Formats: sequence, structure tokens, C-alpha cells
Amino acid sequence: MSLNYIYPDNEVVRNYDKCICCRACERQCANEVHEYLEEADKMIADDAKCVNCHRCVSICPVRALKIVPTDHEFRKNTSWKKKDIYEVYKQAESGGVLLSSMGNPSEFPVYWDKILLNASQVTNPSIDPLREPMETKVFLGAKEESVKRGEDGRLITKTSPQLKLELPVMFSAMSYGSISYNAHESLARASQEAGTFYNTGEGGLHEDFYKYGGNTIVQVASGRFGVHREYLETAAAIEIKMGQGAKPGIGGHLPGKKVGPNVSRTRMIPEGTDAISPAPHHDIYSIEDLRQLVFSLKEATAYKKPVIVKIAAVHNVAAIVSGIARSGADIVAIDGFRGGTGAAPTRIRDNVGIPIEVALAQVDSRLRDEGIRDKISVVAAGSIRSSADVIKAVALGADAVYIGTSALLALGCHLCRTCNQGKCNWGIATQRMDLVKRLNPDIGYKRLVNLMTAWKHEIEEMMGGMGINSIEALRGNRLMLRGVGLTDVELRMLGIKHAGESA
Amino acid sequence: MKRVYVNENRCLGCHLCEYYCAFAATGQSDMSRALKGKKIRPRIHIEEVPNSDITFAVSCRHCVEPLCVKGCISGALTKTDGVISVDRDKCVSCYTCVLSCPYGCLVQSESGVVDKCQLCLQTAEGTPRCVDGCINAAIIYEER
Ligand code: SF4
Ligand code: SF4
Ligand code: SF4
Ligand code: SF4
Ligand code: SF4
Repeated sequence: MSLNYIYPDNEVVRNYDKCICCRACERQCANEVHEYLEEADKMIADDAKCVNCHRCVSICPVRALKIVPTDHEFRKNTSWKKKDIYEVYKQAESGGVLLSSMGNPSEFPVYWDKILLNASQVTNPSIDPLREPMETKVFLGAKEESVKRGEDGRLITKTSPQLKLELPVMFSAMSYGSISYNAHESLARASQEAGTFYNTGEGGLHEDFYKYGGNTIVQVASGRFGVHREYLETAAAIEIKMGQGAKPGIGGHLPGKKVGPNVSRTRMIPEGTDAISPAPHHDIYSIEDLRQLVFSLKEATAYKKPVIVKIAAVHNVAAIVSGIARSGADIVAIDGFRGGTGAAPTRIRDNVGIPIEVALAQVDSRLRDEGIRDKISVVAAGSIRSSADVIKAVALGADAVYIGTSALLALGCHLCRTCNQGKCNWGIATQRMDLVKRLNPDIGYKRLVNLMTAWKHEIEEMMGGMGINSIEALRGNRLMLRGVGLTDVELRMLGIKHAGESA
Repeated sequence: MKRVYVNENRCLGCHLCEYYCAFAATGQSDMSRALKGKKIRPRIHIEEVPNSDITFAVSCRHCVEPLCVKGCISGALTKTDGVISVDRDKCVSCYTCVLSCPYGCLVQSESGVVDKCQLCLQTAEGTPRCVDGCINAAIIYEER
């Protein structure tokens, strides 16, 4: 049928006074939007294919291009927005579940933007990070409850295994398969240089990257892809993935066409087969079951590596984390509802879960109330956009944060949110070799290191302003936070005061 | 001596280096005004290996023993401090050099005399424009 209900979202605007017909845009758009008309010596564009990834815009040597949202609209209707109408059209056409990529873009409150930080004035001195030592190092893992001494009076310093981070930021789980080899290489090298960790996601670890094992967190997810002895032994820590913020309660599906020879070997599944991660772990139906897996993994790695349990932030998150803390896990990672993904059912991504800010505050309070906060480190994930978000997360109670989207942005991602189509023009969310090549890991890893360096400076500056010289002293220090424009309930959930209230 | 090196693993075949090269030759400040509606004659060109994704840039290597200089009948091509340059007033358009260069790095300029990569040393920036313009660091200018 040729009748098309959907008008393209984006319009490609070319300034013909500037365009020199170099055809670079045509060569670099994997969506085949641009075309050169020989007879007219003119470039044209098919707006309908454009996903608004800005690749052509960024490389055009004369800045002749821009992509603008179309102003073509339906009659105004508060209830039926264009997006709602189009989604009905799409489903009426396809009969299928809608899929989306990256984090929830809908208009829910972003609490980070409604929280302000404190600073020292007169009565308590601020600290100049350029002149005085400033500690941003953190150790993740269970901490001893008390100092123990041996018979000779010396300190017994044996603690459970810890991850040492130069700054409280790690790169979150993104699997090889959902992102490219070059993206993984960039993350691995950057982690090594910046003194932090990246996470394999559930796609296994490519053998070329075993050498970065000391900075690698490997995941054991419901599909158990790529899990074998060496995989566990190479890693610095092991993460059991129970859930993901973008799709709580939902499994994963890597289409067979992305399972080429390399991905197939790394995941240990036949080439061309769909890689399906079940929604639950079929052997975990309780905290006791989880405890079994935690200890199986610890046993398998001689109790040398911390075990992380990652869950999505859902309504009952505080109670769940309390259970996880008792399961023997060393670290819990909580992924908020804005967390990114390579592909998720749209309805799940946009409607399930709770904001990370609230989840984090609730978890920290609950663990403290129960006297088990030291038993487990807490990592917050899902839409950490800047060093200010990091500081706020730490003050709300996080030991560290995971960043996914920010890391991809540093690598060139332009948030076109079409990762699921496998044609990422920036060489990130794709396995097509000609596209993967576009992400030069020599450049990519440096950009990630730059981002970490910049954030570290900013974190030090903000800490200094508050008169705090160690990030540990900021953790859970909610007196450093004030809310603006929040209701009483929201303030209570976040455990912070409103701006204007004094300590 | 610093030379231009290319890396075929990084080259994306976008041909932008050719346009930056052509722009550098014009000495103008606005690329659109300089190149709009013109057929470019870049001194770097992209080789595309048929039926593959492999592409790479080819430009003058500033050979230690330059066959082009040896073959030149008018003394237009010379070697100074390792850089092979062309004196366009002396070139008589016999194209002996075009035939001698094993890499195909000499091109015909609009007026007919020979043109070649001179590492943009004569331009305001003084560094190769193709290198600065490459979007994936596939061309590098360095001492090896
Ligand atoms: S990249 Fe820019 S100058 Fe080149 S053809 Fe496209 S719009 Fe024109
Ligand atoms: S899909 Fe990306 S590269 Fe292609 S036209 Fe749109 S913005 Fe440009
Ligand atoms: S990773 Fe690539 S496909 Fe995904 S949002 Fe970013 S630019 Fe788009
Ligand atoms: S033009 Fe050819 S022969 Fe002459 S120096 Fe350059 S590469 Fe060598
Ligand atoms: S600009 Fe760089 S990537 Fe593009 S064709 Fe030239 S060498 Fe290759």
C-alpha cells in the first residue's frame, strides 16, 4: 500500500549558497538521505530517511547543513499529541510492539535540576583545590564494621575485596554487540588511564580486551552469554545483572543479524542466531537464590573479587536492596528509569520504574536505618549528565555512579535514539565494519579521559567550595543539598530540606 | 623530516581531504566562495579498492630520491630541505614527471602547468590542510 500516514519528523535544510557539492554528506550518511544530482550539479535530500544524528552536519566542510524538526502539525489537541497519534498509526501498520533506544525522553521531573548545593561562607572556610590536597578516590566493597587488632596489638587490615576508583565515576554496562568493538576499546583504554572501570554488559568479553581486565567489570546476566572461567578470572569484579533502568522486568534481544563471527565467539552462541536474555534469571526467585549465585561466583574466583548486583529502580527498591545487602553482594548498582539502552519496548522504557534520585535516597536511608550501610557500596546509574549530578548523587548517598549515555556522547553519539537500527553513523551502536571504523579508538579513548579529567576537577572545585576535602565525607551528607520547587512529599522522599531552611 | 603518512584502517573514504587540499591551493578564506561551482584539482587523492571498504589517501611522499625531480627537463621541480616543490613559472608542461612518479602524485593545474603537494608550507597555517581537515585522523603529519 502506498498511502503513508507518517510525515517525516526532521527536515534536512541545506544552504545552497554554501554547499560545494563535495558529497561527503552523501558518503557518510548510512541512511542514504543525501544524493548528488549530476545533471543539476546539486545535492538533494530525502527527509523521510533522516534520523537526525548530525553526522552530515558535523562533517560538512562549509557548514551548509542543519536538521530541523518539522513544523508540520496536527490540529492542536492537549490529549492527542502528535507522538501519540503517530504511534497508533505505526502499530496499526505493523501490528508490533514499539521499540526505542536510549533513555526515557518524556517529561518527568529531573530532580537533579531541582537540587542546589551548599558552599562555605565566613563561618567555615572553603578549600582551594589547586593549593590543598583533595581526595576523590573511593573504594567500593563491603567495609569492616570495626577496627580489629591482633594479639600483638597490630591492626588487622584484611578487608573484603575492593575496587579502587580515582574518581567516583565508572562506565556502565554496554555489551559488545549493542556497541561496537571500537567503542569497547575506547572505554577499556580510558578506564585504564583514568583509574576507573568499564563494564562488559551481558555480551561477554572479546579476547583482545583481556589485557584491560584489571579495569573491567564483567556481567553475568540472565542469558549467561560469554560466561566462562577465564572471563570471570580476568575481571576486576563481577556484576550480576538482575535488571536495567530502561526496561525493568524485561529481558533483552540482540537480533541474529548483529551476531557476526566475532560477536558469536564472544557470546558463545551460533552465528546468526538471536541472542535472547530471559526477563528473570531462571534460577533466582528469592534473595536466598541470589545469595547462591553470589557465592557461586565468589567461590569460582577464590573470594578475590567483589560481586555487584545491578537492579532497576522500582517501587520497592529500598527493601530489595536491603535483601541484596544481606545476600553477600559487595556492591549494589541501582539504575534509574532514565537509564539508556540499545533497544527496549517503548511502553516499558517510558512508563516503568522510578527516578534514581528518589531511589538512591530511599536506599541509603533504609540501609542506614538497618545498620547495614557499610556492608555494601551503592552505585547510582541512569542519566548522570555532569559532575554536578555526580556530586548530588554522592551527597544523596551514592559511593559512586555509572555513566553510560554521557560516555557515548563523549565518543560522538548525538542521541538520535535509533541504536536499535544498527546503522549508527558515529560507529558506536553498530557492527557494520565500514561504520565501526568511524570511531577511531585513539581519539575516542582520549575524549573519555578528557571527560573524566574535567569532571574530576569540577568535583574537586565543588567539594572545596563546601569545605570538604574528601569525597568520602560528602557521601550521604544531605545537609549539603537543598531542594527548589519541590513538594513536601518529594523533599521527604529525597531526605533533603527546601532552599531557605537552615540546618 | 616531517612527512604526511596515511592509515588505511582509519580512512573513511569521505574525500574531504581532497576538498581541503583544493581549498588550501586557492589561498582564500571562505571555502564556499573558493570552491563553489568549480571542478577541484586536489593534490591528494583517495584510492578506493574495488569491492571492499578499503580507501586511503595518496599524496606526494617527498621521496629521498625523487624520480620526478630527476626526470624534470626544465628544472621546475627541486628539492629543498627534503621538500619537493614546483616552480610553476619554470614548468613547460611536458609531463615527464607525471609519467615518472610511481605514485601518481603530480597533477595538472588549471593553467596546464604541473602542481603537487608542497605540504602547505607556503600557506598561512603552514601545516597540511588535508591533515587538519581529516575527520578520523587517517592522515598524520609527523617525524618518523
Ligand atoms: S557535505 Fe556540505 S558541502 Fe558537501 S555536499 Fe554535503 S552539504 Fe554540500
Ligand atoms: S541521518 Fe544523520 S547523516 Fe543522515 S541526513 Fe540525517 S543527520 Fe545527516
Ligand atoms: S549511539 Fe549512535 S545510533 Fe545510538 S543514539 Fe547515539 S548516535 Fe544514535
Ligand atoms: S611527486 Fe612522486 S616522485 Fe616526486 S617526490 Fe612526490 S611521490 Fe616522489
Ligand atoms: S579526510 Fe581522512 S577519512 Fe576522509 S577520505 Fe581523506 S583521509 Fe580518508
